[in-house]
Amino acid sequence: MPESASPDLLPRLGAFARLLHDAGLEAGPRRLTDATRALAFIDLKQQTDFRNALRSVFVSRKEDLPTFEAAFDIFWAPLDPRASAGVIPGRSLALPLSPERAKVWANALGLNTSQMNRKGEDQEFPASSSGYSAEELLRNKDFEQMTWAETVQVRRLVEQAPWRVAERRTRRLRPARSGRIDLRRSARHAIRSSGELMNLFRRKPRVRRRPLVLICDVSGSMERYSRLLMIFAHAIARREDLEAFVFSTRLTRITRLLRQRDLDRALESVSKGVHDFSGGTRIGDALGTFNRQWGRRVLGHGAVVIIISDGWDRGDPVHLSAELMHLRRSAHRLIWLNPLLGTEGYQPLTRGMAAALPYCDDFLTAHNVQALEDLGRLLASLDSRTSR
Amino acid sequence: MTASLSIDDVERRLRERRYIGDRSLATSIFLALQLKKPLFIEGEAGVGKTEAAKVMADVLGARLIRLQCYEGIDLAHAVYEWNYPRQLLHIRLLGEGTDKTDRRTAEREIFSSEFLLRRPLLDAIDNDDATPPVLLIDEIDRSDEEFEAFLLELLSEFQVSIPEIGTIKAKQVPFVVITSNRTREVHDALKRRCLYHWIDYPDLDKEVEIVRARAPEAADGLAREVAALVQGLRGMDLYKVPGVAETLDWARSLAALGATRIDANLVNATMGAALKYQEDLEKVREQVPALVEKAQRA
Repeated sequence: MPESASPDLLPRLGAFARLLHDAGLEAGPRRLTDATRALAFIDLKQQTDFRNALRSVFVSRKEDLPTFEAAFDIFWAPLDPRASAGVIPGRSLALPLSPERAKVWANALGLNTSQMNRKGEDQEFPASSSGYSAEELLRNKDFEQMTWAETVQVRRLVEQAPWRVAERRTRRLRPARSGRIDLRRSARHAIRSSGELMNLFRRKPRVRRRPLVLICDVSGSMERYSRLLMIFAHAIARREDLEAFVFSTRLTRITRLLRQRDLDRALESVSKGVHDFSGGTRIGDALGTFNRQWGRRVLGHGAVVIIISDGWDRGDPVHLSAELMHLRRSAHRLIWLNPLLGTEGYQPLTRGMAAALPYCDDFLTAHNVQALEDLGRLLASLDSRTSR
Repeated sequence: MTASLSIDDVERRLRERRYIGDRSLATSIFLALQLKKPLFIEGEAGVGKTEAAKVMADVLGARLIRLQCYEGIDLAHAVYEWNYPRQLLHIRLLGEGTDKTDRRTAEREIFSSEFLLRRPLLDAIDNDDATPPVLLIDEIDRSDEEFEAFLLELLSEFQVSIPEIGTIKAKQVPFVVITSNRTREVHDALKRRCLYHWIDYPDLDKEVEIVRARAPEAADGLAREVAALVQGLRGMDLYKVPGVAETLDWARSLAALGATRIDANLVNATMGAALKYQEDLEKVREQVPALVEKAQRA
């Protein structure tokens, strides 16, 4: 019954699925089967219905909608000989697309060159063998002054650090020795003993780690720190409920990009996905975008928000304070990490930093491994009873 | 009866029930019915996700079973629960002097469907309806991962096992609609089982149509101006952008005040129907005259 779609359509549908897969959508065999089944119910001459049907099968996230539309335009463009030959287009220069869809498409396929600084990465470094004191030295060395070899070792240190985040009580209950009476379990046992309530069972809320939100400045002035901070983000992302964003002139969510197990691949996709590495800084705008587009989605369960920035802001400080005030109200705790704080004699005198300080619960440094470990300890010590 | 519905039919019937959707929503619903797959609807708050499911039940002539999700929702609230007070009472009434076989019978008795409290999911699976019911799992983003994992299992098997009774398998699979406000990302595995539909804010003409259909008490001129006003607000940099539900509230409020057109004073007085943050209200208040003028020209 489901295989009734016209026979020459199937190979093309398969090629379309591969194209979507290349662009980062999930288009596995299961979806392909669904698409085939769906098309059997659709009048294929109706292009809109055809498009709608494929969309409802292959897309499952709002973010993927533009990519899908662009892919559809490319692949099913009526007069495109490449498409009708079943060849996967997309890597050619002349795309039958509006400029903005073409841009979405280029991004999805990662056609732009990496801007992230990764020179000399072919060299291999042996695992740290020089012992404790060398490692200790490294812990205290400013990221800014590190050689490439040292960053590779730092990477190992950061990856091994046991990141733990504070806990909060959830509304889900679990059996426990003390706490509220669990009427259900108590009654259940009572029934076994002729309706006599012999034991009272209790339950109490389950404890969960708080979600962590990282908002990281990757503008020009932060360039020296960006790579290591990304390594840091990746190390946490593998273990924790982490949402990560980077900004310089605009905000980009990199949560999904960081989820890849392999650090180098994760970093590569971050640098592909973020287009304004080392641009100027507009912290207020970036936080504004965060508050409006992401705040309600990622700050749900008593999240701890960490902003990493040196506070060099080209925007309006009043704007920055307003956004920070809003952010602080929606987060459980707001932590600002400033790598410059580790510099001797540093005073938070940049306009941006001065505007931000009153709204931060903690103001810490982030210029070396030691500082990141201190942060780890702070995070572990925040518990549900902490109030500000 | 579902087999005879075409995309056109779905679209027309939604419209007859004063639900102004677009063709892509009708297509998604149609395919979900044909492929017997759950439909996952996402969109900002107040764009009519829940309403779509309700209207769908009406279109199909089916019963609507709704499960509202919240943090910590568990099987006892979503699937079934034994009526413990009644069971206890029953067993006490039997008295102490019963022998072993009598107690066996009694135990079988109290774990029968008579003592079972059926929650929405069990209700949807164990149904004898003439038309398969519509199961609405509302705001799944509010529940937690444990519940999501359970739903995943339920949606693939459509069966529930109750240790004391056995496995109950759906005689007919309900039409499942899952909605999410995207306050968090729902797991891919669950989405993979579903057809996906994103409901966007409507454009001006469609929003006017929605106001006319859903808030007929608002005069035609008023409907258009309120819709245009809200469209203007959506273009602004606000913390909480008003949805269609807010447009309707606003139109109804203004109609209740006897307004047939908008002006700056009326807008200032009733803005709270659409804007729910103090910062947003302040920001908009400065621009009311300009917004009103623009809306009147639209």
